[in-house]
Amino acid sequence: MNRSTFLAIPVLAIAALLAACGSNVKLDDVPVESRTGAAVTTPSGTSTTVTTGVAPVEIAASNSGVAGPTGVAKIIYFDYDSFTLKPEFQNVVEAHARYMAANKTRKLAIEGHTDDRGGREYNLALGQKRAEAVRRAFGLLGVTDAQVEAVSFGKEKPAVPGADEAAFAKNRRAELNYR
Amino acid sequence: MHTISSAIHTKFKQLLALCALTIALPAAAQFRVEVSGVGLTQMPIAIATFRGESQAPQKIGAIVKADLERSGVFRSVDTAGAIIDESARPDLAAWKQKGADSLVTGSVTPLADGRFDVRLRLWDTVRGQDLGGQNYAVSAGDLRLSAHRIADFVYEKLTGEKGIFSTRIAYVTKAGPRHTLWVADADGENAQSALASPEPIISPAWSPNGSQLAYVSFEARKPVIYSHDVASGKRRLIANFRGSNSAPAWSNDGRQIVATLSRDGGSQLYVMDAAGGEPRRLTQSSSIDTEPAFSADGKAIYFVSDRSGAPQIYRMSASGGNAERITFSGNYNISPALSPDGKYLAYISRVGGAFKLQLMDIASGTATQITDTSADESPSFAPNSRLIVYATQQQGREALMTTTLDGKIKARLAGSSGDIREPDWSPFSR
Repeated sequence: MNRSTFLAIPVLAIAALLAACGSNVKLDDVPVESRTGAAVTTPSGTSTTVTTGVAPVEIAASNSGVAGPTGVAKIIYFDYDSFTLKPEFQNVVEAHARYMAANKTRKLAIEGHTDDRGGREYNLALGQKRAEAVRRAFGLLGVTDAQVEAVSFGKEKPAVPGADEAAFAKNRRAELNYR
Repeated sequence: MHTISSAIHTKFKQLLALCALTIALPAAAQFRVEVSGVGLTQMPIAIATFRGESQAPQKIGAIVKADLERSGVFRSVDTAGAIIDESARPDLAAWKQKGADSLVTGSVTPLADGRFDVRLRLWDTVRGQDLGGQNYAVSAGDLRLSAHRIADFVYEKLTGEKGIFSTRIAYVTKAGPRHTLWVADADGENAQSALASPEPIISPAWSPNGSQLAYVSFEARKPVIYSHDVASGKRRLIANFRGSNSAPAWSNDGRQIVATLSRDGGSQLYVMDAAGGEPRRLTQSSSIDTEPAFSADGKAIYFVSDRSGAPQIYRMSASGGNAERITFSGNYNISPALSPDGKYLAYISRVGGAFKLQLMDIASGTATQITDTSADESPSFAPNSRLIVYATQQQGREALMTTTLDGKIKARLAGSSGDIREPDWSPFSR
């Protein structure tokens, strides 16, 4: 393969795109995708061709949901190592249940969260337990699974930063977000 | 199977990706090798400065030296800056006298087409033998890769085992709201962005052929598993079922993916065809079952369950059924990783309030703590089973480290901006 021709097309494409970015980054700073290390003749050893180019993918921000009932709390807090709905939050669940009964097309995501101690995947499962507890509370009030989905963010999206109990308590939560 | 590649590959998305890339490249990262304890069995090797190296964009000899030292198998002998190319006939007895059992020589020469011709020769100073050489014609951007391949050549010639220096490590960084999945050389250099997202990305897992990364992305405001072709950027949905979808693990033949789904209420393990299809449930518990990892022979799945009341590591047949408890010490053992040679289980154990990397000899069940840090996460073995990469905190900052299995030789990937986590070591390149 003619190497210079091979490289010319992606380089030109990148240059054109960079101009559109409105950035003053030098072309030299842009990783060119072609990355081959082909061995030529070797006196006593050979090597295979390797390609290690990486094509970047960018995810755009998604819209952040729709409004729910006004004047009703959207966050339910949990005790340490606990996955049971505290009685003080029963009225929050009931208010959302009434809203969903009156707005049958509305869908609610129950997003479980943990504090940031421990493994990411295990915390994801713990956050799911919190979300499922809230989902069951809705079920007892007649809200069907067609309207609610329990999901977890584990420890990935803390409400507040910090490594003290005050921060941990604010992060052990389930958020109720309409989609 | 629903494909999302068409949506991802619009011109607009490519433009966004490229604009973002230009501002998101991390500061040049450097691995620092930290030797804590001296192995008596280390092989002394002298790596000469390659002729032409000082005019080349990359210091080939220095990269080879750092690679070999990081492996824990080699100890480099000071060459006092000696420049020796591959065509020279060095005085091997003199190098033996300086304490080196082997000597690497070579050169870096610019070619007319802008590439570089990289050459090396390896000498056995004890037997006075030429152990062979290699040539690479590479672009400036591939000089680092040629150095890693030289280190692999030297490692294999002298140890009889394949080197891992030209493999890759995937990891995730978080900088403000921006989460980026990177693919870097095994020394942490040359990081390239595979995915950037305003929502978290966790649990990257290389496919057995090294072409795909499965991971969990929260871009849809819930955890969803994708498989991502690294070279093309083409992505496929693997699991987007009701509830949470997480912890993907490839079967050894790459045909199946085991993952944690909450579609039936709790977090349970399911197996899916990697090409798509209905998941089949593998565990039937009322507790949490997650973090599956296949054994080296592919016949068993290790996973984390809190069925005893606290998270412990269990093992069951790859087709499901009864599970056998593997960890008994402590009340919080998570994140199992199996060495490709089938001998070791690495995992994270909570000891006091600290999270510590443990290495268990599977045959004896004996576990050893191999770090001095207290926030270790996400161990992953190098494909030759000789090193482990893991995330931890040093001086209050997140860092990626590699360690030898005896814990004596550690290297740190530093200088990357933002929190760095979730490393996964690729298989050997094909």
